[in-house]
Amino acid sequence: MGAMTIREARKNYGAVEVLHGVSLDIEDGEFVILVGPSGCGKSTLLRMIAGLESIASGEITIAGRTVNGLAPKDRDIAMVFQNYALYPHMTVEENMGFSLKLAGVPVAERKERVAAAAEMLGLEPYLGRHPRQLSGGQRQRVAMGRAIVRNPQVYLFDEPLSNLDAKLRVQMRSEIKLNHQRLRTTTVYVTHDQIEAMTMADRIVVMRDGTIEQIGTPLELYDRPANLFVAGFIGSPAMNQLPGRLEGGTFVAEDGTCIPLPGDVSGVSGRDVVLGIRPEGFLPAMEGLTAEVVTVEPTGSETQVMLRLAGQVLTAAFRERVTQRPGDAITLGIEHAHLHLFDAATGERIGPDL
Amino acid sequence: MTGAPDPAITPRTLAPRARKGRRIRLPGALVHVVVILFIVGWFVPILALFVSSIRTQADTASSGWWMALVRPDLSLQNYALAFDQMNIAGSLGTSLAIAIPTTVLTVLLSVIGAYALVRMQFAGRTALSLLLVALLVTPPQITLVPLLRLYNQVGLSGSIPGIWLYQVGFTLPFGVFLLRGFIASIPKDLYESANLDGASELRTFWSIVLPLSRPIMASLGIMAFLWSWNDLLIPLLFLGGSGVSPPITVNLAGLVAQTTQGQGPLMAATFLSVIVPLVLIVSLQRYFVRGILGGAVKG
Repeated sequence: MGAMTIREARKNYGAVEVLHGVSLDIEDGEFVILVGPSGCGKSTLLRMIAGLESIASGEITIAGRTVNGLAPKDRDIAMVFQNYALYPHMTVEENMGFSLKLAGVPVAERKERVAAAAEMLGLEPYLGRHPRQLSGGQRQRVAMGRAIVRNPQVYLFDEPLSNLDAKLRVQMRSEIKLNHQRLRTTTVYVTHDQIEAMTMADRIVVMRDGTIEQIGTPLELYDRPANLFVAGFIGSPAMNQLPGRLEGGTFVAEDGTCIPLPGDVSGVSGRDVVLGIRPEGFLPAMEGLTAEVVTVEPTGSETQVMLRLAGQVLTAAFRERVTQRPGDAITLGIEHAHLHLFDAATGERIGPDL
Repeated sequence: MTGAPDPAITPRTLAPRARKGRRIRLPGALVHVVVILFIVGWFVPILALFVSSIRTQADTASSGWWMALVRPDLSLQNYALAFDQMNIAGSLGTSLAIAIPTTVLTVLLSVIGAYALVRMQFAGRTALSLLLVALLVTPPQITLVPLLRLYNQVGLSGSIPGIWLYQVGFTLPFGVFLLRGFIASIPKDLYESANLDGASELRTFWSIVLPLSRPIMASLGIMAFLWSWNDLLIPLLFLGGSGVSPPITVNLAGLVAQTTQGQGPLMAATFLSVIVPLVLIVSLQRYFVRGILGGAVKG
């Protein structure tokens, strides 16, 4: 059905190559999110899937069909734009039915399909309105409705929530996810917001500089980041990164602070490494490392504390309330599941799981 | 991103703020005074024209037009004379036969040309754009002599389509220039969206670009019509010596010289020549909807 494969897809603008041979398999019904910083090529890849950008080399197949040379309308896809791109002179109903009209769908069926999509999105009261008479969230829904009525093999979303305010964004996030659970249609979704990626995706594709850094489920990326980039990109607040050396079973930071590591790391002893510690890996403890509190930021559900440890300022997130004040010393334990080792030179994950 | 004004900043939303202090109200009143002065300045001659056209010849000869407001003694005799003896009906017909096709052709060709220059990639696009600017600054008068000779050679002289060709040719650069700016302001996403929806290039033009460009096309239409309607020089030179009735401008210019009929019928004929474009402008008023692009993109 709506499975998709991307084989060694490349894209260049003049002499500058922006996608360096990207390969990706997406199963039917999967919700895949492409995430990465600005300019990483995620939107370009999405537009290549849509047919809005040409494919320099490589192959993209949708539902078993190579689509490289096909026009966008023949690819059996629907796209939701960041700016919604609604036709301003058409009513909501006309906007949603435009593609069906062009495809020659009879009026009765067109009305029926638009009505069904409108009902699903709660747009029935607005069918007669023009886009300018709608709020941002409603326009976003119309843009989705326009995609839904086409009943495509694949939905493409290009940062659809970035123009909405924070509260609406959270609401639309769950709406999109809910719609996906109902329709079970393959979805490729582009965002730069790792929280969006973590909360919505079946699988996340982390991209940087035109290459894929890692592909995995949200928790795989969180628990086993393949390199420092993914480690720093996924998770909020971001993972702490401490440069140092491995000596025996101990991590020695640049200022000599020793952090004993669990597990057998003797195989990689003597190497320069970066130790990654998730902020939520720190625990208040009776004995362990001693750090100085720099700032305390309570958010209610958790408390974020900036700490001075091993000559660096690190972030810790505690479930417990913190009584220490800035300048006080705090004793910390570290949960081993939240420790990660990376090669200092290549940034790749190394060693056995800690 | 779009050229459309931000819907949040409209005079309506600004108004309550302006109402707060009395000091801010003063410029508002000033604006009104200026606007009223302008309206009076423009409207009085038209009123004078109209009033003069419905006075009797004896009255016109003995007193100013404003006396009609004091001692009304009105008749439609001037209009009857104008139609009977000055061939005004034929002139209005010729003027319309020139102005309407000129307007339609100008608007249609401008929107097609502007769309092509904005959306289509072809060799010589930049050169064509530059040529457009060059034509924009070319005074039509310098082409009169060579064109007249050319017209005579190919037999276009004295024909109404010849006038269309000339007027459309010289209005087109402006029209393309005006519409190009507007079409370039239509967000790219709309074209891509139409592309994804399965619209062909022609369909996108027809269903997206044309409806969105309606207000600017109406503006261009009015300008093109007025230029064509009020044109004296070109019809005078290019239509001379042919069998068709002279257009209203040429006819009126000729009538000014001979005053055997008195001024009355001339006033009536002139008023008729003014009222036609006026009706046109008022009837196209509803297309001047601001911010028609509102709601296309973003919130």
